[in-house]
Amino acid sequence: MRSVSTYKKLLGAQGEDFVVEYLLKQGCIILDRNWRIKEGEIDIVSQYPNGVVAFVEVKTRSSLTFGHPIEGIGIEKSMRLQRLALAWRCTNKMFGADYQIDCAGVLAIPNRPCELDYRSAIL
Amino acid sequence: MGLASLSSISLVGLNGHLINVEVDIGDGIPSYILLGLPDSALSESKDRVRSAIINSEEEWPRNKITVSLSPAWMPKSGSGFDLPIALSIIAAHGAIPLAPEADSVFLGELGLDGEVRPIRGILPSLLAAKSLGMKRAFIPFKNFLEASLVSGIEVVPVTSLKETLQILRGGQIPQHFQEESETVTPASDIDLMDVVGQSASRRALEIAAIGAHHLLLIGPPGTGKTMLAERIPTILPALDSEQGIEVTAIHSVAGKLLNSTGSNSLPPFVSPHHTTSTAAMVGGGSHQIKPGAASLAHHGVLFIDEAPECATGVLDALRQPLESGEVTISRASGIVKYPARFILVLAANPCPCGRSSGKGRGCTCSSLQIRRYLQRLSGPLMDRIDIRLLVLPPSRLEMATATKSESSAVVRSRVVAARDTQRNRFANFPWHLNSQIPAKLLRTDFLAEKAGMNLLLSEMDMDRLSARGFHKVLRVAWSVADSNQHQIPTITDVQEALSLRQSLGHFS
Repeated sequence: MRSVSTYKKLLGAQGEDFVVEYLLKQGCIILDRNWRIKEGEIDIVSQYPNGVVAFVEVKTRSSLTFGHPIEGIGIEKSMRLQRLALAWRCTNKMFGADYQIDCAGVLAIPNRPCELDYRSAIL
Repeated sequence: MGLASLSSISLVGLNGHLINVEVDIGDGIPSYILLGLPDSALSESKDRVRSAIINSEEEWPRNKITVSLSPAWMPKSGSGFDLPIALSIIAAHGAIPLAPEADSVFLGELGLDGEVRPIRGILPSLLAAKSLGMKRAFIPFKNFLEASLVSGIEVVPVTSLKETLQILRGGQIPQHFQEESETVTPASDIDLMDVVGQSASRRALEIAAIGAHHLLLIGPPGTGKTMLAERIPTILPALDSEQGIEVTAIHSVAGKLLNSTGSNSLPPFVSPHHTTSTAAMVGGGSHQIKPGAASLAHHGVLFIDEAPECATGVLDALRQPLESGEVTISRASGIVKYPARFILVLAANPCPCGRSSGKGRGCTCSSLQIRRYLQRLSGPLMDRIDIRLLVLPPSRLEMATATKSESSAVVRSRVVAARDTQRNRFANFPWHLNSQIPAKLLRTDFLAEKAGMNLLLSEMDMDRLSARGFHKVLRVAWSVADSNQHQIPTITDVQEALSLRQSLGHFS
């Protein structure tokens, strides 16, 4: 694993907290956070009121210099999330559950309210 | 989130097909998918289109963009779809209305800065758009001269994506487009006047131009074979507008017009190098089948210098176009037909060292070498050559004489008159040139004077003329007669025609 600067870790955590808050407001339950295996990490596992399990990838950026955060989630990243979701469901004995992959782009410009671009069921 | 579609044109050979460019902007992470069998230039359009849109101060949608070029089964190539793709994306994003543009076509490559750049094949594309019932065409401004040859369709030349958007949003078409385009006929700077002496060769050239007869020039290096051949287009009648469009369309597909100034009424002169490949000679290519030298010389002259040096097969590939006036190319991606009706001019040295003509002094070749050299021009090809000419160095007297030779304009006026005579004579037939008279009709409707026919028959009796050669000589005799303003070929016309075929002596 590459070493990540403290600032980036903090920024990522801030973004994830923001998304969790949003999901709770939607009436979701948070099943897991920062679940990590060798293959990678799932930022958030939540369950919608209708029972669908959502695996959420959160990308946070503090400026638009490198584009909108949602553009930072490529097709490879979402494919990896697909594999991680399989691993998570096996580990947690929820293999048969309905699930979907969600993406969240958080724009956290300093001294301004966070902006969230949430895309559900992207694959 | 949205859906939009626009029309464009894809070329297969010279035939255009209507392509529907559809764009869907849907849910999902940002991505871009291009469907409809694109080649690599077309696949790369994504990055051009994205940069062009952003640099034109429009928004690039952060969604899943699906671009489909239908019909999906037809392979598509080239960069001409950049403009319709970009406009469809902007329209699907809701930034411009596209409903009134149902009968418009859009063509053009985009630069990263949003500039609309010229593409090849504009002329045949517009002809196709017109015949498909389209009313309006948005094309690159730099293709405007070429596009102005087409009438019956409103052409809107655009310089940039931004400008196109302004027009589509109801803005005025900028004023500088209303300028009249000038059809420039570049004055050729070569003239038959430049040729010193060579009265026999000049006469042969004139006869060849009159009846569009194919020509073989044999002579030692430096006698002016190339010089003579280059001047044939200057004595041919100027192309009429229909021929001009045909020629321009072929050159446009080949991408030879990108920097030119529009239509040209001078017959084309194409001289491929003798190392040229078969595909370059008759046309080819795996994805987009492009016209070859034979088609580029359509209505003009195809000149092959050092013909015996050509790879075997390259010259023989010309037999089909010589016969039918068109080239049919079959590849995995499809079958394409290009017109190829040209005057073939072959030039050759008499032997590998080039010095065996005349007394053959200084020639270092063995007799076997000399014989083999010209044998490389295959029999079936040579059979299609009507006039065989020995080009000898100008004499000392000719070099010293200061009198000027006839200019191309003078010779051309005679050629034009002779062509008119032919057109009147063949008014009831599907052809209009002496070289195209079918053999059967030559023996029934287009005989020479009795004395002339007897001369030809006696030549045949002496085995100096084959049956095919008999017909060839008769066709040339008609051109000679037209040149001499005889109603039908006289004995002297037939004699001259015979000498044009047999002047090579031991080389033929």
